[in-house]
Amino acid sequence: MHKEIPRQNSNNNQKIQDIMSKRYYRRKLVDKLASTFAIACVLAAIIPLGSILLEVIKNGASAIGIQLLTQPPGAIGSGLEDSGGIAPAIQGTLIVVGLASAIGVPIGILTGIYLSEFASGAGLFSTAVRLFNDILTGLPSVVIGIVGYVTIVVAVGSFSVLAGAFSLSIIMIPIVVRITEETLNVVPNSIREAGYSLGISKWKITLFILLKSAKSGVLTGIVLAISRIAGETAPLIMTILGTSLFFSSFTTPIDALPLRIWRLASQPYDTAHSQGWGAALLLIVIVLISSLVLRLLVHRKGFRVEALHV
Amino acid sequence: MYIDKAYVSIIKNRYGLTIDEAIHDCLLKMESSKKDNNHDQGSYKISIRNLNVWFGTKQILKNINLDIKPNAATAIIGPSGCGKTTLIRCLNRMHEMTPGAAAKGCVLIDHRDIYYKTVDPVIIKRRIGMVFQKPNPFPTMSVFDNVAAGLKLNGVKDKRLIKDIVEESLKDAALWDEVKHELDKPGIGLSGGQQQRLCIARALAMQPEILLMDEPTSALDPIASSKIEELIHGLKKDLTIITVTHNMLQAARVADFTAFMYMGELIEYGSTNQIFKNPQKELTERYISGKFG
Repeated sequence: MHKEIPRQNSNNNQKIQDIMSKRYYRRKLVDKLASTFAIACVLAAIIPLGSILLEVIKNGASAIGIQLLTQPPGAIGSGLEDSGGIAPAIQGTLIVVGLASAIGVPIGILTGIYLSEFASGAGLFSTAVRLFNDILTGLPSVVIGIVGYVTIVVAVGSFSVLAGAFSLSIIMIPIVVRITEETLNVVPNSIREAGYSLGISKWKITLFILLKSAKSGVLTGIVLAISRIAGETAPLIMTILGTSLFFSSFTTPIDALPLRIWRLASQPYDTAHSQGWGAALLLIVIVLISSLVLRLLVHRKGFRVEALHV
Repeated sequence: MYIDKAYVSIIKNRYGLTIDEAIHDCLLKMESSKKDNNHDQGSYKISIRNLNVWFGTKQILKNINLDIKPNAATAIIGPSGCGKTTLIRCLNRMHEMTPGAAAKGCVLIDHRDIYYKTVDPVIIKRRIGMVFQKPNPFPTMSVFDNVAAGLKLNGVKDKRLIKDIVEESLKDAALWDEVKHELDKPGIGLSGGQQQRLCIARALAMQPEILLMDEPTSALDPIASSKIEELIHGLKKDLTIITVTHNMLQAARVADFTAFMYMGELIEYGSTNQIFKNPQKELTERYISGKFG
């Protein structure tokens, strides 16, 4: 038979009810204030973002046109028809960011996989990798630009696409590593056990099962990293130099949108400024489109995985 | 059988599914087993000899000696924490994948010790299927891909063979009729009971000879549980099934043999009839009649 546990008989119930009812109105007031404060914070965060976007669209929309998009820079001060466009910068951004991603994404994902699947313990090497990754995340981009100069530019002999892509990939890698590692850690262990119990080797489980589950999160990491490096100016100043010419080779200078925006903004001409706004708008649009395209490509076949949505 | 047995042996031979190791010393040095007299001496599928298992410094299993008969269902019962799950995880060498886990002793399967130093644990797992307590279908794969996962990722490329095996496994798992028109739907879209049967089908697709089930119905409602019990009845004619269960009635219904464990030791083992109707040890009798656990 079950043993009966005697109930304690005290006045505590009544005491608690008294206390809780006394503070009722005050609690409701605090609740309302806190909600209002939270909403105010959200607005404080969104309003600057919204106003920046509006400003860029307002000033830049008028400058967008065929000339801006397809002409190389011309003589800025001499009137609209000869002032050219920013086409080499658009091409340059796409090439440099593309090359940087081609270097940074595989290294980042593989390191993230290593940290999550093969080195989750506290071994010396894995601790060192994590430590250096965190340090890299915080490195100022200008310093990374200097590193790019001292290594690639000096080795190649000139400012070049390679140097720019190298520096941007250094910025990109820690972001992708951190996000890949954390996304993989979130995948429940039961999936791994299911894979092991079928006699599938560890690397196959990681590549074909775990990464597919973590696809969404890893993609977010990549998109974040690309958006970040597409806008970095300081490393580019020291590695690609900027030019008015279109792409010629990987070992010669090239132009890029953030660089061009900076140069146009520092000139005293109105045409230059309006071209700069146009370039800024274009940069935002390019990043937006590339992230949408990436998401579409990867989620083409898939059904939404709500259970593991990261 | 829906597909030719020849296909099955092709898979077994090509993908390294035969354990081919020298007989371990312990088989020769083995003490004569101290079994009860009413224990059958027929040829066994799995023999566990002096198995001791640790998690860090804590010893989980103490000197387990157990012989499992082929083509029968064996249930392992006992209170929580007695080491049942650890025991079956040692049978397919999943236990040692947890950091800090250690196992000493022999587990003989078909006269080969799977803990012998040159045995590849990955190959062992291909020959022994495992079903977990909480259904864990691969979330990004369809029903078909889930069942075919073990085959595809172990190198089977013949599409027709895979299709045949998937259909056969789903039929063996009593899930085919419910999903035959929805093989492309995501695996996690099924109900709990269906997911567990999907996991069973996934394990069966690898054509195992031994199926380990870790409390397969504890996360399911009674109707789904009874479907799985029917499944075990059907499968045990061809496979050796070992089930861990908290539910004594289920053990009584489903298993031919039962082992009772307590605090890491094997207390009693025998045919289910004998254990439940005529337990030899007092501890067993107390557990069976619900006095603890």
